[in-house]
Amino acid sequence: MTEARANMMISVWRGMGSTGKFETFEVPAQDNQTVLDVVTWIQQAADPSLSYRYACRVGMCGSCAMMVNGQPRWTCRTHVKRVLRDNQIEIAPLRNLPVIKDLATDMDPFFDKWVKAGGVHRASRSRDMPIQEVKPDTAQRQAADNGIECINCAVCYAACDTVSSNRDYLGPAALQRAWTLFNDEKVVDKQAVLDAVSGSGGCHNCHTQGSCTKFCPNDLDPLGSIAGLKRETAKSFFRRGSKQC
Amino acid sequence: MLNARLYMAQRLSAMIMIPLVFGHLAVMIYAIQGGLTTAEILGRTKGSVTWFLFYGTFVAAVSVHAAIGVRVIIHETFSLKGKWLEATTWLIGALLLIMGARAVLEVTFA
Amino acid sequence: MIRPHRSHPLWLAYFLHRVSGLALALFLPFHFLLLSMVISQPQTADALLRFTDHLTVKLAEGGLVFLLAVHFFGGVRLLALEFLPWSGKRKTITAAAIAFAFFVSGSFVLRAV
Repeated sequence: MTEARANMMISVWRGMGSTGKFETFEVPAQDNQTVLDVVTWIQQAADPSLSYRYACRVGMCGSCAMMVNGQPRWTCRTHVKRVLRDNQIEIAPLRNLPVIKDLATDMDPFFDKWVKAGGVHRASRSRDMPIQEVKPDTAQRQAADNGIECINCAVCYAACDTVSSNRDYLGPAALQRAWTLFNDEKVVDKQAVLDAVSGSGGCHNCHTQGSCTKFCPNDLDPLGSIAGLKRETAKSFFRRGSKQC
Repeated sequence: MLNARLYMAQRLSAMIMIPLVFGHLAVMIYAIQGGLTTAEILGRTKGSVTWFLFYGTFVAAVSVHAAIGVRVIIHETFSLKGKWLEATTWLIGALLLIMGARAVLEVTFA
Repeated sequence: MIRPHRSHPLWLAYFLHRVSGLALALFLPFHFLLLSMVISQPQTADALLRFTDHLTVKLAEGGLVFLLAVHFFGGVRLLALEFLPWSGKRKTITAAAIAFAFFVSGSFVLRAV
């Protein structure tokens, strides 16, 4: 690390549940530091009671996402230089999730919806059967591959206004998972995948605001996945007639 | 608050309206030349089966489309759901359909 | 104010689509009401239509045509994004939709005034 320069003013959300306020800390600026480094500095050097969540620090585990200057970001891979404005940064817990304390949110609703959208693997073969051959270069496999890099960071979930205004909406990550399963040839019952995303909180509630794709830190395209689900459910609607839903 | 069936109704009514809105925009830009009078409107539409079908279909499609669209806005803005949301959707659709049908009948076959 | 997570073209297109759709839905009952007076109350209808000769009303009408055009081209954009696999060109399609809306409502206002 090079020598420290002027201090930055970092506003951090403090509070339990739905109440709280921003508290400002002076943090020494370094040449190379991420937003997560800044939060860690505050917790270690200024106020050990600050609660936040992280694990891997290298953009793999998906646990350190926060709102940085009003935009959802993975903090471990967000360089301070990219978000520092007038020597200030505002750091808050992820939107659209209940706050436990300070910067740590309760991720249960996010993962519950993941399960509700059919995100759990349903095996189509037993251990006694031969391993299924999956060709990597088919168009369908590539569509599935696009979504499997999701790290469950909930950045898309926090970015989406439809999630905020429609309590039942499954959200971009869960729907993208469903699209991945739909394109996975190991999943046999495609109709079950489509049915899981066709209810009152399903893919049809998406308004194509595109914030999910815009903010996804892994450059995935949940918006495109949801459009894919809309297309396939429309096809199945015509196949099965209006009795379907 | 859309399931697959409402979504399809919304998108299919939209697709039906693509040529109709195109026609309506063209008629508007053409018809307003030099002001608009009742005689002028009636001269064009009175007794015309074509205009009746054109605007009749338009009214039916827009009633479905607007009722579902406003339903979504009401749900997302006021969190209304369940039977009240259903009732509101049907009420908006029925109101637009009745008022629209009256208007179409008046300028074609009244 | 547009909050930071909303400041991008697709969100603005969504907002325009919602506002124009709501405004059109609110306008429709009045539109139908006027047309259903054409025979039963021709004087009232003509008086209302003459009211549309005023410049300010014409500009307001231009606004309505703009709303219809914006909702129409925005809707065609949505149908294309949902039903055709065009994920790469979303911003271009969105910009084209708004450009078309300005063109159509512009033509209306120019002919009306």
